[in-house]
Amino acid sequence: MNELLTIDDISVSYGNIKALQNVSMHVNQGDIVCLIGANGSGKSTLLKAIVGQEPLVTGSITFDGEEICQARNSTEKIKKHKFLTTDVIVSRGIALVPEGRRVFADMTVEENLDMGAFLVRDENLILERKQAMYDFFPILGSRRKQKTRSLSGGEQQMMAIARALMSAPRMILLDEPGLGLAPLVIADIFEKIDLINKQDNVTVFLVEQNARMALKASTEGYVMENGRIVLHDASSSLLENEKVREAYLGE
Amino acid sequence: MFNFFLLILIYSGIYALMAIGQNVITGYGGMLSLCQAGFFAIGSYATAILATQFGWSFWATLPVAALLSAVFGLLIGLPTLRLKGDYLAIATLGFGEIVRNVLNNWDSLTNGPMGIQKIPMPDLFGFTINPYRKYAFLVMIIIFVIIAYYLFQRLARSRMGRALTAVREDEIAAQSMGINITKYKVYAFVLGAAVAGIAGSLQAVFSLSVTPGTYTFMVSVMVLCMVVLGGMGNFKAAILGAFIIQLISYFPQLTGLSSVIPPQFKQILFGLILVVMMIWRPQGLLGREEHTYGKKHAQKRGSK
Repeated sequence: MNELLTIDDISVSYGNIKALQNVSMHVNQGDIVCLIGANGSGKSTLLKAIVGQEPLVTGSITFDGEEICQARNSTEKIKKHKFLTTDVIVSRGIALVPEGRRVFADMTVEENLDMGAFLVRDENLILERKQAMYDFFPILGSRRKQKTRSLSGGEQQMMAIARALMSAPRMILLDEPGLGLAPLVIADIFEKIDLINKQDNVTVFLVEQNARMALKASTEGYVMENGRIVLHDASSSLLENEKVREAYLGE
Repeated sequence: MFNFFLLILIYSGIYALMAIGQNVITGYGGMLSLCQAGFFAIGSYATAILATQFGWSFWATLPVAALLSAVFGLLIGLPTLRLKGDYLAIATLGFGEIVRNVLNNWDSLTNGPMGIQKIPMPDLFGFTINPYRKYAFLVMIIIFVIIAYYLFQRLARSRMGRALTAVREDEIAAQSMGINITKYKVYAFVLGAAVAGIAGSLQAVFSLSVTPGTYTFMVSVMVLCMVVLGGMGNFKAAILGAFIIQLISYFPQLTGLSSVIPPQFKQILFGLILVVMMIWRPQGLLGREEHTYGKKHAQKRGSK
């Protein structure tokens, strides 16, 4: 299997507090990989590090063979330090669905999707992709002229995913897609995520607190505690794991 | 009396240019900048110095004024645009004051508080646009405002306008769309500075003299008031706001009540306007202009 995203021994600090400590993980091409953990365990920090919003203290992150983030190494010259900004990383084929959706509330659904295709210059291609999104999420098609703020939470989440897909990414990072949504809606969204992965062959990296949903949807799982990866296994094995069942599945 | 009204219109035009610039920065970019007076001053002094000391014609100094303001916009934009909200306002306010103090004290170049007098009047095809004959000057100003309005309106509908709108609404989301937020913010800032520089250049040839006392912090506040009063993110509104604010600030003279109403009265009035607007109509008189990017694309495709 081809490794698409490789995170090699990274650490991130907020002042004296170590948010991530020597985290290593990898996401294979075509997989759905999930990262579960409690509040404040460092999940969101990890995503921020991947898209270049948090500087690394140690380690490096590689996407598709290209190093996208690297720690500032004190022994080397500063100019060797490589640090791509978020927009450049996005242009490499990573799309981020940020935590809390972060839709452009004052824009219509259609304008939001247009924004998602900001890096696409071909207008016909944009129209084509928009149509594909309306077919894939029919609810968005019927609401395309509505202001996004008038959509329900679940619809907004779908729109955030559709917006991320407009750039035709090779990998999509989802930060808590189920946050604050009803269980039925969450199930619906996870079904869509699965379809995106299978049909469009988009690699998915999923960060969730809802461990059961995340593990059921994914092929591989990582468990994070206090900024460290404590477990890594196939998702089906993690679902059976005594420690995971006790700590995250409430059994 | 009628002449006085023409004067107000001319000042409205000059301030409208600055308000258009402020609208790009604040209305579209969402940055609270308080240094339009600084760029205004740089434009004025560029024209004044080049025209009096080097004998350049007004039309030659105009692009230099715009460019110089833009360069200063870039220089202060790059470090300060990382700041947000109040902090950016304080930093830009500082810049405006620095400009004024430099002009006040750099005697060899700017003639200090005395300012520069005897700026030559602008010529156009052998015709002198004499600021004392206000019609011709007013026509020139109106043409400038129309050109600026047209260019910035196009800009707002462009890719850059979309990017700025996204940045204003949500920076993190905008970044996730692949938008380089620093780049677009700096663009907006530089363009806003450049158009303020042009306004300054026009101000110099209108009053035929420049003194540092013209470019106070109050000017920046007035320009901000114009944008807020008219409606953020709407260039028509910025022009309307400029006219209304100018009318209000000359209200005592216009009604012949200047002996009764003290000049500080207008500052009280601006404050009052801002407070009243924020309570009852925070979107401004005209509100934000909606640009329909998607529809336009669809129409274009349909006509093919």
